[in-house]
Amino acid sequence: MLALMWRRFTKHKPAMLSLLILAIIVIGCVLAPLVVGYDPYNAPVELRRQPPSLAHLFGTDELGRDLLMRIWVGGRVSLVIGVAAMVISISIGTLVGALAGFYGGWLDNGLMRFNDFMLALPHLFILLLAAQLLRTLNVPEISGGPLPIIVIIGALSWMGAARLVRGQFLSLKAKEFVEAARVAGAQNHRIMWRHILPNAASPIIVAATLRVGNAIMTESTLSFLGFGIQPPMPTWGNMLKNAQSQMTLAPWVAIFPGLFIFAAVVAINYVGDGLRDALDPQHVE
Amino acid sequence: MTRYIFRRLLQAIPLLLLISIAVFALMQAIPGGPLAAYENNPNISPEDLMRLQEELGLNVPKWQQYLNWLGAVLRGDLGTSLVTRRPALTEIGERLPNTLYLSGIAFLGALLLSIPVGLVSAVRQYSWFDHAMTTLAFMGYSIPVFWFGLVLIILFNVTLKNPLTGGPLLPGGGMYTIGEDLTLEDRVAHLLLPASVLILHNLSNHVRYMRAGMLDVLHQDYIRTAHAKGLKERAVIMRHGFKNAILPLVTVIGLEIPGLFNGALLTETIFSWPGMGRLFFTSIERADYAVLMGVLMLSATLIVLFGLITDIVYAFLDPRIRFD
Repeated sequence: MLALMWRRFTKHKPAMLSLLILAIIVIGCVLAPLVVGYDPYNAPVELRRQPPSLAHLFGTDELGRDLLMRIWVGGRVSLVIGVAAMVISISIGTLVGALAGFYGGWLDNGLMRFNDFMLALPHLFILLLAAQLLRTLNVPEISGGPLPIIVIIGALSWMGAARLVRGQFLSLKAKEFVEAARVAGAQNHRIMWRHILPNAASPIIVAATLRVGNAIMTESTLSFLGFGIQPPMPTWGNMLKNAQSQMTLAPWVAIFPGLFIFAAVVAINYVGDGLRDALDPQHVE
Repeated sequence: MTRYIFRRLLQAIPLLLLISIAVFALMQAIPGGPLAAYENNPNISPEDLMRLQEELGLNVPKWQQYLNWLGAVLRGDLGTSLVTRRPALTEIGERLPNTLYLSGIAFLGALLLSIPVGLVSAVRQYSWFDHAMTTLAFMGYSIPVFWFGLVLIILFNVTLKNPLTGGPLLPGGGMYTIGEDLTLEDRVAHLLLPASVLILHNLSNHVRYMRAGMLDVLHQDYIRTAHAKGLKERAVIMRHGFKNAILPLVTVIGLEIPGLFNGALLTETIFSWPGMGRLFFTSIERADYAVLMGVLMLSATLIVLFGLITDIVYAFLDPRIRFD
């Protein structure tokens, strides 16, 4: 089964290329800070705003820090946030969708109304307010760090997954294998999580992949606006925060971190696309 | 139909009430509050602070503050901006047309571009044009809006020069050149970059849905019938195909309305566009609650309203849908 999926996935050329790009980014983020000898936080001021050169492939920023080094370190933060926020978002979405789809009735009605309510909110406005709330609460250990951002991105982005899972549960709960499990005496929660959920795994995996890309994008947007991860900890988003004022002096500071956001998100989306083809052969574009 | 619209409008009321409660609660939870800036100001005595609190109605319980706010809103009063001391309604009213102007042009531009592109892409499926456009749409969907804005500024404002004047090719921000007479060229020049960012942002999704919708339609029986009765290719595509293929696009537009506000906030912030998004952004840092509430409720109302309009347009386009 896995071999078959992998064979189908390898046929999707953009997805294969994207997997390679992602692998390079991930390996770079994990290994580069251990290998390359630049300090991502402190650097001699004389080195500020150096254009790209052999010593500094992507140049240096307004404080003389090597940009590539900061991109690798920032990538760790951005990628971890992307994955962690996805886990929260997909977990909430799966729980809500499963309950709504399985039990139906007033529970379904209530949960889906809540879903509509969440979708009617101007998303970024609410994200900024929530980020401001967590920022001003000022809990010493976590403020300005990744945890609050992970939580708010996850908590505000589960609606699509909930709809998807609900649809899956609605159609799967009428299938014979559910009937069989019930006859065998299985309890509701066992039927939901042991019997139906595994059969709905494919679309959830695809949605989860795409969510990582979306979460990376959201984090970078929040950090760019100054409401996300606070300096000196770099992320791809907050590296761009000061870039706008540097554009005439050091345009590379604005270009390269964004290029990595772009590359990572495109690659993740293509991998999601490839997974869709691999996991769901019936799906036609 | 009228009954349906009426019912939907009635349903919107509890939804908007719920949103207002949630947003009010969220903002009340933010520590500091609107008077935080004054608390540390040595020139303001505790008595002054008390008087200010009373003046702004902050000395009553939260739930009463909410009810007071709600009552005022129903009378058309959004409260007073704490920063400018002007009515929040005036503040927002000045910015809203600018947002509608930019978003409207971007929205229409994206629509007018995406329909033919998606159409041709579907009709010539797997041609080089289709491949190029699907790839472009994929890229456009994945590009960070704010970064694309920065790149355009670097390219057209910092790097490229106007061959006649030697100045920047295009302005990097604002709605018009301050201190000069308003000219159409000037306004268009200021519009080009922010509108392009928003157009690409909206375009990619629209193209994908238009293409998918058209592909779906092209495999229907009635298209084969139209071909079989000897209609010209053009007539089949435009008369029989296009009209039906536009349906998924209408749905996706309805779903994307909330997203328009995200795009507006980002582009307005980057291009110093004096719109509602930027007003919201600056008001957060100043804890200007009246303005924040106003912008949020206005956006939520517009989202609900446009959602309703989308559904009505959908009903007009698809006679299979009946509302009775």
